[in-house]
Amino acid sequence: MTDIKEEKTANRFGYSDALLDLIEIDKNIIALDADLAKSTTTFRIKEKYPDNFIDVGIAEQNLIGIAAGLSLNGHIPFVSTYAAFVAGRAFDQIRTTVCYSNLNVKLAGMHVGITVGADGPTHQMLEDIALMRVLPNMIILNPCDVNEAYNATVQAYKHKGPVYIRFVREATPILTSREDEFVIGKAKILRQGKDITVVSSGQILSNVIEACKMLEKEGFDIELINVHTIKPLDVKCIADSVRKTGKLFVVDEHQIHGGLGTAVFEALMLENIQVRSGIIAVNDTFLTSGSPDELLEKYGFSSVAVKYKIQSFY
Amino acid sequence: MKDYAEIAKTIRRDIIEMIFAAGSGHAGGSLSLADIFAVLYFGEMNHDPSRLQWEERDRLILSKGHAAPVLYSALARSGYFDPDNLKTLRKTDSFLEGHPAMKTPGVEVGTGSLGQGLSIGCGLAVYFKKRQTSQRVFVILGDGELQEGQNWEAFMFAGHNKLNNLTAVIDLNDLQIDGNVSEVNTIEPIADKMKAFNWNYEAIDGHNIDQIQNAFKNARLSEKPFAVIAKTVKGRGVSYMENRAEWHGKPLNKEDHDKAMKELL
Repeated sequence: MTDIKEEKTANRFGYSDALLDLIEIDKNIIALDADLAKSTTTFRIKEKYPDNFIDVGIAEQNLIGIAAGLSLNGHIPFVSTYAAFVAGRAFDQIRTTVCYSNLNVKLAGMHVGITVGADGPTHQMLEDIALMRVLPNMIILNPCDVNEAYNATVQAYKHKGPVYIRFVREATPILTSREDEFVIGKAKILRQGKDITVVSSGQILSNVIEACKMLEKEGFDIELINVHTIKPLDVKCIADSVRKTGKLFVVDEHQIHGGLGTAVFEALMLENIQVRSGIIAVNDTFLTSGSPDELLEKYGFSSVAVKYKIQSFY
Repeated sequence: MKDYAEIAKTIRRDIIEMIFAAGSGHAGGSLSLADIFAVLYFGEMNHDPSRLQWEERDRLILSKGHAAPVLYSALARSGYFDPDNLKTLRKTDSFLEGHPAMKTPGVEVGTGSLGQGLSIGCGLAVYFKKRQTSQRVFVILGDGELQEGQNWEAFMFAGHNKLNNLTAVIDLNDLQIDGNVSEVNTIEPIADKMKAFNWNYEAIDGHNIDQIQNAFKNARLSEKPFAVIAKTVKGRGVSYMENRAEWHGKPLNKEDHDKAMKELL
């Protein structure tokens, strides 16, 4: 099973690390932000490559339109702001301007999930996967740590067409290395097992790994899959696994409707695979302010909570 | 000297034929733009229909995407595709969608959800300017469309960045689906708004060829982004459609069609 390093880094730094490296070789990349360059870490692009950076101010609809225009004259725009304001506020701009014309625009949705914490429900984006998943041409990446975030950003650059990448605010444990292979649409089996398939991705994956380690010690034989690409989903990898184990459990730090769980369940149904299935997700509710750890605990996403939920499902 | 009035008449005839054949479409807001499109595609714009991907071309974005018929006619008549295709408007498998789409030769970007074109224009213009190319970007806006807030984000951005290669044409026909723009939710005083957003502007009669040409010339020389505030008549050229809100998106029957074509001889 994956090692969890002591060291923690916010995965959004993987975004700007990748952009700094990419801009060095391709000056057509433009980073765009909407007054959140410090939070999104794109201030680093502004410092090093001011000609490759645009801050449009607090105007997310315009932000997407400008990115679209840039893509039409050969640039590769990388747009970053809080996920709530990209996927939420600018949804129609992403749908009608970016996805309909299949423009080469990359979207970085920062501060997703519960661990935004103290800012409260307005900023805890838990609906973005559902919104982006229904858009034709859109790719969705959900990296679990700073290195996977770096690799996801590089692969987004190499892909031609719209890509939405999710990042979190908090520093999270390092689970992968930059040298690891990252292929869009190809899930990673982190541990092979016979008894149950556990599927997750994003920053919550470290808690899931811890939970699985606890279960492993108690004799449970778990197959754990990191689905870093939510769309297109690696249906074959998941289907092959559940055919073997006969049981499926999804941990998705997102609203229960429309997230990773929904994506996996509908894909398996279309494959005519019926398995006993369970999920931990946010249960169709807005959360509250609080510290990240307290909120993870309260809503059932702590490693101990994940462990007991899988155990009782088992 | 090109006969822009004659070209505009051809465009108007195309609009009527297309919408009649389609059984639906937006005649009023297409007819109001025919003279402006004649000047743009047959004079003002630097473009080459034989080289679709020519990087140095000027760009035009029809933000009020429902006026697709005027764009399609201008594209066909200037050589982007055979005008015979125009009668396939809105038909299954046609490359002429109800609202502009990338699959049509000469269309730069899909539009149709109002208020988004000026931002796209800003994105094109900001790096044309940075690269110091002489390319220009034209964005065609409706007056009712300016009720969409995103336009004002874009006006602000363009003014702030002095995008003097960007020209917005505001088709001021004072009609939207639910009635007069001035009664539904007025956009006036539009000239003062342009000034306040750090744009230059010129108010013209949008059916007067000389005034249209002159405004675009002034736009070329402007040190700020430039708005052509074009007072137009919705449905212009077809007497029974002129200034009538119901002709925003009403289909034409045979009698409507014949009457219109007779007036456009």
